[in-house]
Amino acid sequence: MIEDLILKLRKEIIDQLQLEGISPEEVDPEAPLFGEGGLGLDSIDVLELVVLLDKNYGIKIRASKEGPKIFYSVKSIAEYIMNNQKK
Amino acid sequence: MELLITRHMKLQNRRVWVNGAVEYSSEAGSVDQLFRDTVRHYEIDYPKFFKMDNLCKLAFLSTEILLRGTDILQKYPGEEVAIILENASSSLEYDQKHVESIRDRGKYFPSPSVFVYTIPNIMVAEIAIRHKVKGEHAVFILEQFDPGLIYHYVSELFRNHQVSCCLAGWAESYGDHYQSFLFIVEEEDKIKTFKGLQEYVIFDTVNTERLFKGKSI
Repeated sequence: MIEDLILKLRKEIIDQLQLEGISPEEVDPEAPLFGEGGLGLDSIDVLELVVLLDKNYGIKIRASKEGPKIFYSVKSIAEYIMNNQKK
Repeated sequence: MELLITRHMKLQNRRVWVNGAVEYSSEAGSVDQLFRDTVRHYEIDYPKFFKMDNLCKLAFLSTEILLRGTDILQKYPGEEVAIILENASSSLEYDQKHVESIRDRGKYFPSPSVFVYTIPNIMVAEIAIRHKVKGEHAVFILEQFDPGLIYHYVSELFRNHQVSCCLAGWAESYGDHYQSFLFIVEEEDKIKTFKGLQEYVIFDTVNTERLFKGKSI
């Protein structure tokens, strides 16, 4: 089930962040989204990811210190959604 | 002290002019496609370009084309390079987009990447970040290009020794309409490879307006 969510998230992230020239398959679910070897995301992108979780999954992130852990990779976002989405 | 326009460019009607000559033309059917085609034609590798609004894309792309082959960013410290632009529609397109995203309180999801473009000065910021330009900057919102205002403002910056070089001009974008006219202003005595006035244009109101209108000097 998490595999399906990762597949969906990869496409949503590319669309939401307008990442040009990158296909969902090219996004390594376990690779860091920020910094070296990542997707080169910036602070505005983090905010977009917060909006994405709220809009698409009804999850509000209120504690900013959780951010680095939640948004480390596509997989960590998927795990956070799985653990926090209302049933 | 004579001020000279040492290079100028225009982007409109799916064409790029540099120093009055057409350098690139596109058959793109939309503004988005035109910008994509142009950025690829000039081999500009800058992923953030694709996230910008059209106003920033226009100003950014125009600056890339304007600066190609010049040495001004090596010649002058970033603190001494100014960016002074004018436009008519400000950031209206993204202002409206942002308003749409917050109109319905039941679907209140304002996009940070839209909101960040709801100020026209962001086009200067995109240029400044790319080229590490840290000098004076301003964006004037006017009904139409005002060569007199830009001449007097830029001249004053040089007179007060605040800048050694200025990127100036017009960058207007709203919907399907886009038009840019950018130029570089430098002091005559700072141009080491001065080749004579036939190569450069004396910076004044009349010449600036003629270049904007595509007329010869």
